[in-house]
Amino acid sequence: MTAVPGAACQCDSDFLSQVERIASMYRGKPEDLVLALHDVQALRNYLPREALRVVARVLDVPESRVYGVATFYSMFSTKPRGRHIIRICESAPCHVMGAKEVIDSLLDQLGVEMGGTTADCLFTVEATSCLGVCGVAPALMIDDEVYGNLVPGDLFEILERYK
Amino acid sequence: MEFYRSHVLVCGGSPCVAAGCRAVRVEIERLVREQGLDREVRVVETGCLGPCDQGPIVVVYPEGTVYHRVNMGAAREIVAEHLVKGRPVTRLQYAGELPSVSTADDKRTDYFQIQKRIVLENVGLIDPESIEEYIARDGYLALGTALTNLRPADVIETVKRSGLRGRGGAAFPSGAKLEFTARTESDQKYIICNADEGEPGTFKDRLILEGDPHKVIEGMIIMGYAVGATHGYIYIRGEYYISIERIERAIRQARWLGLLGANLFGSGFNFDIEVKKGAGAYVCGEETALIESIEGKRGIPRRKPPYPGTSGLWGKPTVVNNVETIANIPPIILNGADWYRGFGTSTSPGTKVFTLTGNVNNRGLIEVPMGITLREVIYGIGGGIPDGRSFKMAQTGGTAGGCLAEAHLDMPMDYESMQSAGSALGSGALLIIDDSHCIVDVACSLLHFFAHESCGQCTPCREGTTRLVQIFDKLRQFRATQADLDLAMELATVMLRSSLCALGQSVVVPLGTIMQHFEGEIQAHLHGKCSVGLCHGACDCAEGRPAENV
Repeated sequence: MTAVPGAACQCDSDFLSQVERIASMYRGKPEDLVLALHDVQALRNYLPREALRVVARVLDVPESRVYGVATFYSMFSTKPRGRHIIRICESAPCHVMGAKEVIDSLLDQLGVEMGGTTADCLFTVEATSCLGVCGVAPALMIDDEVYGNLVPGDLFEILERYK
Repeated sequence: MEFYRSHVLVCGGSPCVAAGCRAVRVEIERLVREQGLDREVRVVETGCLGPCDQGPIVVVYPEGTVYHRVNMGAAREIVAEHLVKGRPVTRLQYAGELPSVSTADDKRTDYFQIQKRIVLENVGLIDPESIEEYIARDGYLALGTALTNLRPADVIETVKRSGLRGRGGAAFPSGAKLEFTARTESDQKYIICNADEGEPGTFKDRLILEGDPHKVIEGMIIMGYAVGATHGYIYIRGEYYISIERIERAIRQARWLGLLGANLFGSGFNFDIEVKKGAGAYVCGEETALIESIEGKRGIPRRKPPYPGTSGLWGKPTVVNNVETIANIPPIILNGADWYRGFGTSTSPGTKVFTLTGNVNNRGLIEVPMGITLREVIYGIGGGIPDGRSFKMAQTGGTAGGCLAEAHLDMPMDYESMQSAGSALGSGALLIIDDSHCIVDVACSLLHFFAHESCGQCTPCREGTTRLVQIFDKLRQFRATQADLDLAMELATVMLRSSLCALGQSVVVPLGTIMQHFEGEIQAHLHGKCSVGLCHGACDCAEGRPAENV
């Protein structure tokens, strides 16, 4: 399922027909472009250019607008990402509770820079603004799961669950 | 109706979910079944119970026993001892008190009486996934009253007289907003609930939606009736998975009971609600950017005027209100404007929901009457500063809010006083910072946030936020001069005057208050001194690169 970063786009016809099927649910509703992109992105954790073209055609909106929306919102990515997206908060409430140590330790354990994908394509780490669980700061989110009250020592065990 | 001898409430607010409450609930349910108690003991996942840093929280009724930091082992002990043998496990009990929990022998200390729950009256008490429990707590009674006994103008008059002001940050009088849209002639109008809660340190809206979703739905319908709108949207952050799930379920339930849809309460009034998911953009909390996003576009703010009240979603008159503001509407309609004015101050009536975070002993969700002092919140409800440190600053209202120093601790927290100190109540975020933190480091964190979240549409904000980050990074490395600081303030002032939306306009609020209230510490950095010892000058290592912060 997971695309290899840097590899040629694996937009086979099977994938594109899946995109077409999803986009068709929003046919005639260009206002639901954001929702359509959420659903399409769920297939491969990112939005390949070819998929954006299909969405543009089916929803009958200019490709430029689809691309504009796909690159505006931080939850969308037009570049390949790993199987699991780690969103780590670096806003002030997490910062004062020691987020920097947690972030440094996370990047160190995964051997990536912020925004990067691990060599095994398992994780992509993204900096995010507030996750809205500041009562348990510092916090991070892996896919749709939130983890709070973090200290660097917690990370190994959390990451293991996804391996 | 089934009768249970005990109710076990497991907090299911997002912070408790992050602390692992779901597994604890499943384990308690499993053990209750195993003991054959499932007809005597009911396990309920509720909304937020308040002290988020103590999670997962479990409350056992009728005793009102509060257990904190419940792990799997503790869950087994609570079932075996408390539920089977009737012996509360003292060792696992939470020493503090919860405003939502009442016990038979109520002997709460004074400061806990400070908390007054209007918006949060059901949060942590009812099962948010059950519309019946909401109805049993007088839910939808305000709607029924409005639709059958009040004219739209009466509803608006009541909201106006209540003195309710927008709880999202701008504090615009809610009644006037409704009146504005009600007066505008149009074939179609909209109500939008702004649940794009992105202000760092704020998580009240998600906990209101997760803990009492029907209150928000009811408030939206009443507002729709008041202005003549038949369609509502809830725009909610894409990352708020639990909130989305809960509100969507609540909408389905309301439709099922005929509380959403056509001819509500036989009045001939129609109203329905749709949920729109965001995709990660702080600027979408700005109402016109939010409207652009609902229309399926990039969330960039519109030029104002026209304001949404006359020309909003698809050019139609639109009322955009924050979750908390909307949740205030049903209780105001039900109890009247005079009742509401009985809380808070004369110019800022009612209560405010705050999220208390940072270096404070009790972090979490609170609701207090307007006008309470910062000291009462931090040292009363918040239990003071941990680890023997002392208070340094509080940022009120989120990253776009002001930074207050010790001198402001006894100032009442209402709209007017906050404004006079150069800050704002804003979204209700209260970030407490102790004396182990350097003000320049805090400023850098805030400015990085703005630079990251600027949408890039207008030049003052796009370029200004980036330049401010550069200046403060220089200051952190002891390379800045007085001229740099003057330039920073000039930039922030230009951004205030010329940015398109509140994002760029409000950078001056935290920056100005930091410069004003912490001038000495800022000045020291010009002379190579960081009193906390966090900042270091440029290093003379081989690469010649400035040293990173420790």
